[in-house]
Parts: sequence; structure tokens; C-alpha cells
Amino acid sequence: MSKETWKELTIGTINLDAGNSVKNLTGTWRSGKKPEFIEENCIQCFFCWLYCPHFAILVKDGEVKGINYDYCTGCGICSVECPSKEKSIVMVKEEIELAGGSKK
Amino acid sequence: MSTLKTLNGNQTIAEAVRQIDPDVVAAYPITPSTAIVETIAKFRADGLISGEFVCPESEHSAMSVCIGAASAGGRVMTATASQGLALMWEMLYIAAGLRLPIVAAIANRSLSAPINIHGDHSDTMGARDSGWIQIYSEGCQEAYDNFIQAFRIAEHLDVRTPVLVGLDGFIISHSLEVIQVEDDAKVKKFVGEYKPVYPLFDTDRKMTVGPIDFTDYYFEHKRSQIEGIENAPPVIEAVGKEFGKTFGREYGFFEEYRMDDAETCIVVMSSAAGTCKDAIDELRSEGKKIGLLKPRVFRPFPHQKIAEALKKTKAVAVLDRSSSPGAFGAPLFTEIRSALYDYQERPPIVNYVYGLGGRDIMVEHFKDVAQKLEKIAETGKVEEWLGYINLRE
Ligand code: SF4
Ligand code: SF4
Repeated sequence: MSKETWKELTIGTINLDAGNSVKNLTGTWRSGKKPEFIEENCIQCFFCWLYCPHFAILVKDGEVKGINYDYCTGCGICSVECPSKEKSIVMVKEEIELAGGSKK
Repeated sequence: MSTLKTLNGNQTIAEAVRQIDPDVVAAYPITPSTAIVETIAKFRADGLISGEFVCPESEHSAMSVCIGAASAGGRVMTATASQGLALMWEMLYIAAGLRLPIVAAIANRSLSAPINIHGDHSDTMGARDSGWIQIYSEGCQEAYDNFIQAFRIAEHLDVRTPVLVGLDGFIISHSLEVIQVEDDAKVKKFVGEYKPVYPLFDTDRKMTVGPIDFTDYYFEHKRSQIEGIENAPPVIEAVGKEFGKTFGREYGFFEEYRMDDAETCIVVMSSAAGTCKDAIDELRSEGKKIGLLKPRVFRPFPHQKIAEALKKTKAVAVLDRSSSPGAFGAPLFTEIRSALYDYQERPPIVNYVYGLGGRDIMVEHFKDVAQKLEKIAETGKVEEWLGYINLRE
């Protein structure tokens, strides 16, 4: 995405493209860990949905269905807060590709 | 009709507010600016103004209300001083960063500690990097005139930057002066109708005001903010001229007093400039070729114009009513010394700090400075670049 020069910006930090934060894929911030959803353990309490700071819990037909990795930063809050007997969200290792092509 | 009235500085500001009748006044009273806020509240209670008057729980909140109201699309003003301005601190930067043309009257007062209620420029000088335009007044008439012009400057589409108008605490804020109060309708017409840019009350437009910027946008937004204040000089000049045509008192970036053939020069702002003029008259009658340069606009600093005015003199003394501990001189001095750097031929220059916490500066003190300047002009040498006036040593 090409970004504006200072001369092209709207006065006073005003953003006329309200809601454009959907273009900000915060999922690119994940660095080595991601949450994994285990549907059979889930009691549909929605704690994860409530606590997730990035609105990255996928909900369909009124039920938690998984994670939206475009926005999930891998912070792990959902996993910590999940109250089901056996955790319904666990953090797992995720291989990420670095800019040079090497893996971490 | 233009009328002569006997008013103090605070009353002249309140009088201008009554005439301009901004949409919102949000202010918290603090000495020595309290009477501005009090009088506006009275005007509101008496039905003389129709705008909202909000008195929140602190100056921080007062500036926050100003920011909210200005973002919504209103013409907004406030008044404060000293600790009040200090408490507004973070909000001052936000007002400037959001390019909101808020106008503030500041009854300049010292900062604690030690606590003191009297006049010096520590408060506004401390805010000199906040992005606000700063205009200083020599007396009540100038405070009134500057305050009216401030709206035109702040609201100009090329500028859209908040403006503060300084009037020395007590010396101006509480001293009576016979001033020309201009006709209500004429003042209203001069200030004109306010047209907000992207007001939040325009609910048909989807927008965000003041979102977070990361490393990729903050710098560009800051650069564009700087452009606003850098666009101000031609506007300040045009507004000052138009004010002169309309009301008979013209304003520029600074005033030169008996500078035509001056060999030495004293630079001093605000009320002390009045005393300095008397000293200069006495010195001139003794045949001394001395003049005064009284800066009016401190931000944006008219560096080139001031340097041009001073470059031919043989010695300059810059008098600051604030200090900048640990810096190479007080604020006005560093600006002027730096402005002269580009000139091959430039006068030797010295700095005097005076009047902190309201300490008097009298004609005899200016005469002392003049004597020292005469010696520097003779020898071309500065022995001590920093001095303190009327301090027990
Ligand atoms: S790891 Fe953090 S960001 Fe990702 S889904 Fe869980 S709470 Fe949301
Ligand atoms: S917090 Fe755990 S149990 Fe509750 S809805 Fe989310 S995944 Fe299911």
C-alpha cells in the first residue's frame, strides 16, 4: 500500500476513510505462537470473544468457530481466559517466514 | 460606535469576548486571569452572550472541552495563567496537532516553586514548542487588539493553528488603562463568520479525529502541522494591516521605537517595553543613540525581520522575563542570537533576565543596560553575556 506524503494528508490528523483499520492486518504481528481452537472442548461461553483485543474470534450462527488469523496477534489472552475443563484454545508453535526467506 | 472606556487587561479581554461571542468558552479561574472568566460568566448570566460557558473541574479539562467543542465545529476560547497553563500542557499539544483554531488569553504569571502569583513569562515560554502561535501585548489596548486579531489568524484556512495572547499578570491584567473599545458590529464584522473544517457535527461524513499514528504516519502529520504555523506570517501581517485600516491601529511582528539611527538597541517584550520607551526618551534627550525593539509575535518567530532590524546596530541587549535553566540564554535571546548567525556583520549581543515573579524593572535599570551597551559598542567586546537585573547579588 503506498502511503501519502505529508502534503497529501487531511488537515489535523483527520481520517476521512473511517473504518479503514480493517486494512491493517495485525495478524502480521504474530511472532512464533498462534492460538488453535479445539471445538469439542468449547462450552460457548464467549469469554475469548469478549477478551480478544483484536476482535479475532470467528463467530458464525451465534457460535464461536475459530480464529481469524488475519487479525490475531497471537497474544494468548483467549487461551488464558478460556474456562472450559480442557482448554478449548491452546497456543501452538507457528513457523514464520522472515523477510529474507529464512524461518524462525 | 467606538468608545473610550477605562478597563483593566482582564476586562478588555472579556469585552472582546462579549463582542465576538464565541460558540463555547471553557475556562477554569486562576490568578491573575480569574476576572476574565468571571466577567464572561457574568455576561452569560446577564444574557449578553449566547455562546456556551463551561467551567469544568480543572484547566486540563477546560482545554479538553475546548478541543472537543472545536472538533465539533465551534469557535472556541479560553483564558488561564501559570499553573493553569502548565496543567493544560498535554492538551495544548493536542489542540495544535489537531489544528484547532482555539484562542487563549494568558495573563502571564510565574511558575512554582516557589509559589508566586505575579507576572513573568515562564508559563507561555514553557509552552513555546507546543505548536501554538504566541502574541504578546504591551498594555490593555494591545491585549484587546491582539485578542480580536487572534481569531482571524487562528481561523485562516492556511493556518488553522491555535493562538495564545499574552498579557502580563497584574501589570496589564489588573491595571486600568483608557482604551478604545470598538463598535460591537464592527468587531463582529472584522472577525467574520467562522467556518469549521471537517466538523464532527457534520454527521453525514464518516471520519475519525485524532487516531493513533505509528512510525509510518506520525512524522508526516507532524510535518503538516509545522506547515500551518509556517504559513502564519503573511496572515499575521495582512490581519495587522487590515486591523489598522479598520480601527486605526496597525500591527506587525514587532515595534521599533526610535530605531532609525540607533547604535545600540534593547529588545524587550510586553509591559516592560512601555517603561523602556521612557528610558529611551530620557537617554535620547541626553544625546544617546539608542532604540527599542519590542517583539509582538514570538511564535512563529520573525527571525529574518528581527535580524534585519538589528544587524546594523553596534550592540544589542535582549531582556527576557523568563529563564531557561542550563540553556545558552533565555528564550528570546537564543532566538535572536541564532537569527543573527547568518549575517557576516552582526552586533555583539548580551542577555539579561529580569522581572521573575513580578520583580520591578524601572527606568534606571534600562539606563544601566544602556550604559553597558555603550561600553560594548565602544570595545566590540562582550565580557559577560548573561546578567540579572534588579537581583540582590
Ligand atoms: S491470541 Fe490474542 S489476538 Fe489471537 S485470538 Fe487470542 S486473544 Fe485474540
Ligand atoms: S473461552 Fe473457550 S470455552 Fe469459552 S467460547 Fe471461547 S473457546 Fe469456547
